[in-house]
Amino acid sequence: MATRSDDIAALTGLDSAAYHWPDADGHFGPYGGMFVPETLMHPLAELRAAYERFLADPDFQRELDDDLRDYVGRPSPLYHAERWSRELGGAQIYLKREDLNHTGAHKVNNTVGQALLARRMGKTRIIAETGAGQHGVASATVAARLGLECVVYMGEVDVARQEANVYRMRLLGAEVVSVKSGSRTLKDALNEAMRDWVTNVDNTFYIIGTVAGPHPYPAMVRDFQAVIGREARAQMLERTGRLPDVVMACVGGGSNAIGLFHPFIDDSGVEICGVEAAGDGIETGRHAAPLCAGKPGVLHGNRTYLMEDDNGQIVETHSISAGLDYPGVGPEHAWLKDTGRARYVSVTDREALAAFHMLTRVEGIIPALETSHALAYAAKLAPTMPKDRTIVINLSGRGDKDMHTVAQLDGIQL
Amino acid sequence: MSRIAGMFDRLRPEGRAALIPFVTAGDPSPDVTVSLMHGFVAAGADLIELGVPFSDPIADGPVIQRATERALARGVMLRDVLTMVRRFREQDQDTPVVLMGYLNPIEVMGYRAFADAAAEAGVDGVLIVDVPPEEGGDLVSLLRAHDLDLVYLLAPTSDAERIDRIGALATGFVYYVSVKGVTGSGHLDVDAVATKLTEIRGRLDLPVGVGFGIKDAADAGAVAGLADAVIVGSAIVGRIEDLAASQASGERIVETVGAFVADLRAAIDAARRH
Repeated sequence: MATRSDDIAALTGLDSAAYHWPDADGHFGPYGGMFVPETLMHPLAELRAAYERFLADPDFQRELDDDLRDYVGRPSPLYHAERWSRELGGAQIYLKREDLNHTGAHKVNNTVGQALLARRMGKTRIIAETGAGQHGVASATVAARLGLECVVYMGEVDVARQEANVYRMRLLGAEVVSVKSGSRTLKDALNEAMRDWVTNVDNTFYIIGTVAGPHPYPAMVRDFQAVIGREARAQMLERTGRLPDVVMACVGGGSNAIGLFHPFIDDSGVEICGVEAAGDGIETGRHAAPLCAGKPGVLHGNRTYLMEDDNGQIVETHSISAGLDYPGVGPEHAWLKDTGRARYVSVTDREALAAFHMLTRVEGIIPALETSHALAYAAKLAPTMPKDRTIVINLSGRGDKDMHTVAQLDGIQL
Repeated sequence: MSRIAGMFDRLRPEGRAALIPFVTAGDPSPDVTVSLMHGFVAAGADLIELGVPFSDPIADGPVIQRATERALARGVMLRDVLTMVRRFREQDQDTPVVLMGYLNPIEVMGYRAFADAAAEAGVDGVLIVDVPPEEGGDLVSLLRAHDLDLVYLLAPTSDAERIDRIGALATGFVYYVSVKGVTGSGHLDVDAVATKLTEIRGRLDLPVGVGFGIKDAADAGAVAGLADAVIVGSAIVGRIEDLAASQASGERIVETVGAFVADLRAAIDAARRH
């Protein structure tokens, strides 16, 4: 059997070479790519060129850094959850507090970056898809600030279960379009946003909220989110004098996870662990865990692991958390899984809910239901590790938006 | 010579544009599709484009999305579409058939299995909406090895470099998407189409079909004066939807939609180039 360092050598091509994916055409090994209708190929090329130009532009970087500091509130703290760690009786758990960002989740790191790019490209209209509503709110927020028109596509099912976020988006001046096709969740919102983009490419910038979609989105969104991992890495070194033993995050499309993971990929001593939504349980088929239980295919512009039937139709997913309720996953996660550099596990709705209550009671932090999946797996893993080991969890969002869902499950009418 | 190339060769000396109607396989029900295809031919269709249902049709507008949902609700999958082509071929060995769809069902069937089955069923060409030349890879070589034509989309956003790249791979014909948008959307801008077709014809040597915005006989006639083929999808599928909603029989659907296709044919022939 191949060892982990062999896998990493295979991954990077050379023992000494740094991780360098994607390739020039946006492929992570066999994953990623640009599987889109011809009309979008030219706009994607334009976006890629603009992104590469501004990435190297000190003015753009300065503007982005200023916004992340003064508008988003970065750096986000790294919090040692001492009481929870003590209760679990094993590894020390550190929480990267993305829930303290403006708008309450990691999503804004990316929308601030893409909106600056949109403005520099001369686009006047922003569109976005959203599941839990966090990316929609983060997009509407930056659009309001820059005076850009904003349309957010959201599945009808998600509109119903995330009412508060729908209202927030409308307050911010965005138009929220309830999508009634297909399964009426995040994947259908993405379909509809793509259709809008094809129609309005001249003046419209599509802010994709996760590390999926056609190249350059998976790489670009990752680069904007990687600030999470860069900060966490420096904060751990400063706080503990060494790197963490494990970094962990929930994975839907996977943007908060890749943001934390990416700066640690070349640190071969750091274990990388992504947690998918097992819904009612993998064995029931009612889940949203393509990496754990799906197979490779092509959807939304990239090749990746998908939840699909034997005929290649995408199947409906289930998760208690709207933000993880997606049948695909970012192509880089597919590659990290295949190469063995990261491992992916899943936890059920029930386990996530228990972790939600646990963190709330023990640390006084109400996490998002998405994030609660990572917390639930940490609660299993930490007790198996010695007390001098460390786990960094991306606390990707706060749970205010989930009050209705949780209250309903507890039989309480708000 | 492929059936598609032969068809265009026959029409060229007559100065006639080809008529290409589209239907989603299995809409409104699987037993109507083959009769509809024969009905199209009887009404003057030169090539039939058959849509393969996929759960996430990102390039399609609401009309074809709903057709796709109807077909999927009847359980019509890629292998069923191939069976329909095989049945069509039992009575019609002349009219070319192009499958239009998305990659994932083909990916799951397997590229080689699909190429074998499509060629054996009597398919002539394949247009995979979400596979640009950059991502064709093994699939392109397998389809070519089975003498299946590779039909590619060109868009208003395709620049000279992209036209050349597609010209180097495409066979049979290229499909110019006349509007920025999804199927069935937008208004046809005949002058803009004429300008782009001149650019495309200057860079590649294949027949050019135009589709995506053609709603009626007048549009079809206008496009026939410019293009080598006129492709009509949503306008046909929308009629099928209305008929199915009013509980029309299969015979009535074939007859009514056939009459619409005959009107398109007449308008196209009236616009014949001299």
